[in-house]
Amino acid sequence: LLACSSAAGSEMASGMQEKQYTPSLLSFFIYNPKFGPREGEEEKKILFYHPSEVEKNEKIRNVGLCEAIVQFTRTFCPTKPAKSLHTQKNRQFFHEPEENFWMVMVVRNPMIEKPSKDGKPATIEYQEEEILDSVYGAVLRQCYSMYKLFNGTFSRAFEAGGVELLRQKLEKFFYRYLQTLHLQSCDLLDVFGGISFFPLDKMTYLKIQSFVNRVEESLSLVKYTAFLYNDQLIWSGLEQDDMRILYKYLTTSLFPRHTEPELAGRDSPLRPEVAGNLLHYGRFLTGPANLKDPEAKFRFPRIFVNTEDSYEELHLIVYKAMSAAVCFMINASVELTREFCEQLDALVGPQLTLLASDICEQYNINRRISGPEKEPQFKFIYFNHMNLAEKSTIHMRKTASVSLTSVHPDLMKILGDINCDFARVDEDEEIIVKAMTDYWVVGKKSDQRELYVILNQKNANLIEVNEEVKRLCATQFNNIFFLD
Amino acid sequence: MDNEYYLELSENPVQFENASTVNNVFFDEANKQVFAVRSGGATGVVVKGPEDKSPIAFRMDDKGEVKCIKFSLGNKILAVQRTPKSVDFINFIPDYPHLEFSHECKTKNANVLGFCWTNWNEIVFVTDQGIEFYQVLPDKRTLKMLKSQSINVNWYIYCPETAVLLLSTTVQGNVLQPFAFKNGTMSKMSKFEIELPMVPKPAKLSLSERDIAVASIYGEVYVMYLKHHSRSTNSSGAEVVLYHLLREGPCKKIHVLKLNTTGKFALNVVDNLVVVHHQSSQTSIIFDIKLREPDCAMNVHQPVLPARSIHPCKIPLTGALCLFLYLIFLLLSVYLSGYLWYLQVKLQPTVNLLQDKGKLMDFLLRRRDCKMVILSVCSQMLEGGEKGNLPVVATVFDKLNQVYKEYLEAEQAYTVAMESGPSRFSNSYKRPVRTQAVIDQSDMYTHVLSAFTEKKVINKFIIAVLMEYIRSLNQFQITVQHYLYELVIKTLVQHNLFYMLHQFLQYHVLSDSKPLACLLLSLESTYPPAHQLSLDMLKRLSTANDEIVEVLLSKQQVLGALRFVRSVGGHDNVSARKFLDAARQTNDTMLFYTIFRFFEQRNLRLRGNPAFNQGEHCEEHVAYFKEVFGEQTLMKPPTK
Repeated sequence: LLACSSAAGSEMASGMQEKQYTPSLLSFFIYNPKFGPREGEEEKKILFYHPSEVEKNEKIRNVGLCEAIVQFTRTFCPTKPAKSLHTQKNRQFFHEPEENFWMVMVVRNPMIEKPSKDGKPATIEYQEEEILDSVYGAVLRQCYSMYKLFNGTFSRAFEAGGVELLRQKLEKFFYRYLQTLHLQSCDLLDVFGGISFFPLDKMTYLKIQSFVNRVEESLSLVKYTAFLYNDQLIWSGLEQDDMRILYKYLTTSLFPRHTEPELAGRDSPLRPEVAGNLLHYGRFLTGPANLKDPEAKFRFPRIFVNTEDSYEELHLIVYKAMSAAVCFMINASVELTREFCEQLDALVGPQLTLLASDICEQYNINRRISGPEKEPQFKFIYFNHMNLAEKSTIHMRKTASVSLTSVHPDLMKILGDINCDFARVDEDEEIIVKAMTDYWVVGKKSDQRELYVILNQKNANLIEVNEEVKRLCATQFNNIFFLD
Repeated sequence: MDNEYYLELSENPVQFENASTVNNVFFDEANKQVFAVRSGGATGVVVKGPEDKSPIAFRMDDKGEVKCIKFSLGNKILAVQRTPKSVDFINFIPDYPHLEFSHECKTKNANVLGFCWTNWNEIVFVTDQGIEFYQVLPDKRTLKMLKSQSINVNWYIYCPETAVLLLSTTVQGNVLQPFAFKNGTMSKMSKFEIELPMVPKPAKLSLSERDIAVASIYGEVYVMYLKHHSRSTNSSGAEVVLYHLLREGPCKKIHVLKLNTTGKFALNVVDNLVVVHHQSSQTSIIFDIKLREPDCAMNVHQPVLPARSIHPCKIPLTGALCLFLYLIFLLLSVYLSGYLWYLQVKLQPTVNLLQDKGKLMDFLLRRRDCKMVILSVCSQMLEGGEKGNLPVVATVFDKLNQVYKEYLEAEQAYTVAMESGPSRFSNSYKRPVRTQAVIDQSDMYTHVLSAFTEKKVINKFIIAVLMEYIRSLNQFQITVQHYLYELVIKTLVQHNLFYMLHQFLQYHVLSDSKPLACLLLSLESTYPPAHQLSLDMLKRLSTANDEIVEVLLSKQQVLGALRFVRSVGGHDNVSARKFLDAARQTNDTMLFYTIFRFFEQRNLRLRGNPAFNQGEHCEEHVAYFKEVFGEQTLMKPPTK
């Protein structure tokens, strides 16, 4: 190797290196077999197909194949249809979110391109076992949830405007949404789809309660409210499942698009126009960017919640002051006017500004009390199925584009594997894995909670690792019931 | 209209023979007694007080017209003034000589204006030339001079409640000299001058005793001056000026009560409120000097409530309806009517007259019989369910809890002082008095919240109010009682708001307790996550390890239970039988084996033998073990 690099220089060296390809989206389609049951009408089944440029017959062929696989495997287990199909080059994921509506996502396996050597052509080696069903299955289910949040169910759209309307909606939504899927950085957190809660003392929490109740009382149009701070949830008036997906949208899409204009420079275009005296920092993240603008439009995104029973369509107003963001949800049948927005701004802006600085202050006090030693030196992921609470010291930050982790993908894969093992049984379990180099990976499952710890200790043995994890539980999770 | 009278007269007036040519009537404020003296006492004296069921009746010799007659405190000695020079005394103490004795004032050429008892045996003579303070020696039938003071006196006012005597001096009469009496001592306080609306020329007596009163308001002594409207100054009407009388230091003018009208007035102090009666309009207004007016200059007060008449009352015996005559107050001609009433403030009507609920609470919290009224205001406020009500609710709760907290702190300080032993502090610490204004959690729960939450409608407002109350308690660092939490949980469960409940518990808004954990456990069938919440709570309590084991065993998590017991170091003491029972119930033989083996090992470790003791009652399980795994599988005792 040394000889090579010295002789051929850097260009040659890079040409000589293996090239890694991360998993990527090959295709994504949605079909309903009932829409084109007859021979020659197969195209009617297809509601959405990405990439759209694919030739019609190939689309039909691929859909037909999936249909056949699902149909075939159903004979083995009618209640649990096939979820994925593993092939050398790719992996297909199937999901039937509504009766007869199928979503299929085809992911190309990660691969290594070995350069041509001694005149032999370059070879490609597919790493079939590197990607996890649980992770990408969850990604596919999330696609549906996100679609449903903004569009309602497939069947409702079909009932309202036939296949045409449904096709339009799917096209409009998924065309953009698929571009934001970053399959290479999906991991265990996508499986959990958890919510990060902001740690807060009781009194400040009660103040927030009081704020939410007061606003809901004076703006009686507001049906539900959610309160977040630092992109972490504090209060949700929505039910858990709806909040889960809304949270995902807020933290991975809406918030990253609105970086703090307060932090932006005075002349930065990000900084909003401040008319006259600055009374508060409140601003709308959805709807009008500037209330003073005579041209301002008072249109807000619409979301669908409680689709299982009451099926509500709501305006989503996201309003933010400093690090505190509040979602106000209002029945979509009500038209929102400039007056309403001004009223909301005048009522919520000053209160929220005050509250945000209260929370910030309280948070700093608490952090000072607990001291830096309480800051975890461990790398761990915690998830509670019961309240969807999630905490990770592995992930640096989640943004729309990438989720940065501080550990090697191989270790993330081990975490995913342990998670799959846990999913198979109901009982509490503990799994300890010795990974390459000096890493130990520990997974614990107690009742509805899962904890994954990555330890890097030279020459540690099993007992020491076990003790270390016990210590972590005692400091980080002393207020919950965690069997050891 | 009927529910707007906030002043009324006491139900049972003191009834006496009304004043006439043969019957003289006297009122003693100190003992609140009415004296009816017939024919100078020869045909009888009847004394009635407000609480006396049987009036005191006696005869005394008619030695001339009675000018003044008063009992000393506790009705021990009777003092009667008949001449301008002297006062006569009669003992009413049993076994003491009943004969009258007389005492002439010491100052030459002085006229006795009157006298006041400052104790059961101490009396002050007020003469036009000064005051003389005596101790009465009833056994010796003489008086002993304690102190005297020379000063020109126009008139005097004595306030028995505070034992303060106020003398009007100087030609205009507007320089007032107060004296305070306490246990045989007399102390001269700083004199002060009342600012007259206009100074007459030539100087003449310009301040009448009718315009001055002394009263104790919120434990402080005030001199109240009714300052009439004068045409020369541009004032809008008459006012009452309050001078704060201090034991030491000069007297300060600190409150001005705006009457906003002119005419004849009379003053009363009832329940720390200054009541001003206005003759021509036949209405009264009340002032609360602690109620701050935000838009007024410091200590200028407007009436708390709009002017209203005193509630018309019926004279009990005749049954006639009599509109209360304001004249009675003004001319003190109560003596003519034959009835003595006490003025009372009715709080219920104030509720509708004072719209600002925060101000209303401030007002009510300072009144004596306020509890039920406050609670009814709370109930009303919650049932009204008007928009924008929540901030008002919050303000009201904060005001109530402020008072509640102050009481709790005083109580705690008292307890600490008592526990530190009967030291020198114990005398200075008095057990704090729990006034009606202390509205605790049980009051709120019983009278307001439990009824309020029973309303059938699903209402965000109910939850919001409960949370607001809990917030307020927390803000004042008052420990919230678990029944309030139970009420929250009950309400949330009733409306199927489980996720809300979950979030409250997650942020520990509902504090941990065993009863709460048990309540959560009972919810498991309707809301499965309650199980986890309950276990977490028990864990945090750290005194509920037995309960945790029971919960786990009931869920057939036998191994989990055992591991938990071991983690808290209790595995040497737990009952083996309990765990073996639970393991048997799972029908999992391997689990049973594991548990059985664990206890065999424990036995070996603790007693040197793996066999179970008689007292452990495990015979049945040993037999089962043998049956399933064979006798040879039992652990062997160690060979010596």
